[in-house]
Amino acid sequence: MLSTYKYPKFAYRRPPELAEGRDRHYPVVVVGAGPVGLTTAIDLAIKGQPVLLLDNDDTVSIGSRGVCYAKRALEILDRLGCGDEMVAKGVSWNVGRTFFRDKEVFNFNLCPEPDHHRPGMINLQQYYLEEYLVRRAEAVGNIDLRWKNNVIAVTPADDRVTLRVETPDGAYTLTTDWLVVADGARSPIRTMLGLDIEGKVFMDRFLIADVVMKADFPTERWFWFDPPFHRNQSVLLHRQADNVFRIDFQLGWQADPEHEKKPENVIPRIKAMLGDDREFELEWVSVYTFQCRRMKDFRHGRVLFVGDAAHQVSPFGARGANSGIQDTDNLVWKLKLVMDGKAPARLLDTYSEERVCAADENLMNSTRSTDFITPKSTVSKTFRNAVLGLAEHYPFARALVNSGRLSVPSFLTASRLNTPDSDSFAGVMVPGAPMDDAPVEAAGGQQWLLQVLGERFQLLYYAPDAGALDAATVRALTGLADGALPVEAIVVAERGRAPAGLATVIDAKGRIRERYDLAPGTAYLARPDQHVAARWRRLDAERVRAAVARATCNA
Amino acid sequence: MALNTQPNLHEPGKRYFRAFSPGDDFYELLIDTHRDLTDEQSAMVNARLILLLANHIGDIGVLREALKIAREGV
Repeated sequence: MLSTYKYPKFAYRRPPELAEGRDRHYPVVVVGAGPVGLTTAIDLAIKGQPVLLLDNDDTVSIGSRGVCYAKRALEILDRLGCGDEMVAKGVSWNVGRTFFRDKEVFNFNLCPEPDHHRPGMINLQQYYLEEYLVRRAEAVGNIDLRWKNNVIAVTPADDRVTLRVETPDGAYTLTTDWLVVADGARSPIRTMLGLDIEGKVFMDRFLIADVVMKADFPTERWFWFDPPFHRNQSVLLHRQADNVFRIDFQLGWQADPEHEKKPENVIPRIKAMLGDDREFELEWVSVYTFQCRRMKDFRHGRVLFVGDAAHQVSPFGARGANSGIQDTDNLVWKLKLVMDGKAPARLLDTYSEERVCAADENLMNSTRSTDFITPKSTVSKTFRNAVLGLAEHYPFARALVNSGRLSVPSFLTASRLNTPDSDSFAGVMVPGAPMDDAPVEAAGGQQWLLQVLGERFQLLYYAPDAGALDAATVRALTGLADGALPVEAIVVAERGRAPAGLATVIDAKGRIRERYDLAPGTAYLARPDQHVAARWRRLDAERVRAAVARATCNA
Repeated sequence: MALNTQPNLHEPGKRYFRAFSPGDDFYELLIDTHRDLTDEQSAMVNARLILLLANHIGDIGVLREALKIAREGV
């Protein structure tokens, strides 16, 4: 099995502690070089922060695991400089089709609006994602990535965290100011620290099969409820890179995983699904169950939990790796400000607050999907089948069909980092909103708004003609760049160019004005993670500074 | 008035950022209402629910249309 991919083997090197025989102290250590740990390390590194990344293995994710990477995760990977590679190798898609028995009852488009850079979703085997992230981590510098370095003890204290690390050459001790834990669902570090994670196991089993075939299935997500080829259960089909198709068969709780995994039992299921003699080759088979649970708090002093270590959801909706990548997007700018002494440590409490809210939203949506896909009682199944039966003809029922609510970013509307609106706006770009993309023309050759945003606080200021700004406005905008927490002003315009020292972005298709409800004089304050912090109808530099102070816990 | 078969669920005062949210809010409430009931009890809950909602709708022309669609293909 597994003929399309060759697993890399990353070189273990004797760590300097063992080579030199002395302990060392690090400003920040990340544990776990999966998608979430790697994005954390890369994000820190591109912000100029040297980081030590430890992993207990020496290769990438084995077998068929994460598949779908959503628009928001791709936008974050773009900010980290590796979105293009993922999208080029992955299979982009927006359309999902849902079948009930032998009929299509519903289809959806994840990105129904035009003029966004990234598609709703790409399908890419997790091993490719990790391989590209490792390559990116090596290219950005600042990252000391140590394979075969297994953390066996963690001792937190008020002023530092002490780690004991085991390697093929023996064990060593290190200390760090900050520890980011990205060691996955079973999180050994969470266990070592005796921290609880609460939730439930779902009483169902799913068979995963990766098959290689030259098939003419379109690049869409296909989901079947109770299909003729797998009665009373569900089936999900995704096309991945290299003509590898990922199929998930629901088996029910009583199924015997060892029996179901045998090729002689898997192959007839796939043949029944394809319905003909088309040739395919089995690449990977496994059976999984899943849990929905999260830690109460993602911050424990100097120890910060991200990704599956902090929260796990059912796979329907691709809300696992996608939310983990969003955790790091939220955490890293805050951690860097705290490490640089520009924000108090309590800013990190807002990482936990904001991402706990997001985790609860992900848990809620994925649990609802699971309850629809695998009804737990007779009446629940009757309602489910009634919805599916009505969906073919009646639009209201289509809206209730839930074969997975696919990963979208949370609106952090309850966050205390937001400055509440004092002016009125239409649309959804409220304080706490993940910022919408739009096509632009900019001096740096960027073509998308989200390529211009990120890494620092920025103020989008709208003027129809950037060349016609009055002197007082220019002074106010350029003045925002002064101080300990500088704000980069960007003039969004239909035409013209702002005076030297001020960036101009041309709203090429009028989408920024439309999506952000801009009027002349409107200003949006953007966080370093491309979320709205505040917005006003009139520019007032003092209010901008106050909003930055609030968004960094400096108020 | 004709029977509305377009998506129509919402909760006053609640802001939705995703189109699927109001329908999913309702569906969860519906399934939760039946939690831990026997099949017979669930059938009774459904009957009472239909009677309550029918009275709320009031317009027998609308109800006739809904009853007809509900029966089709079952």
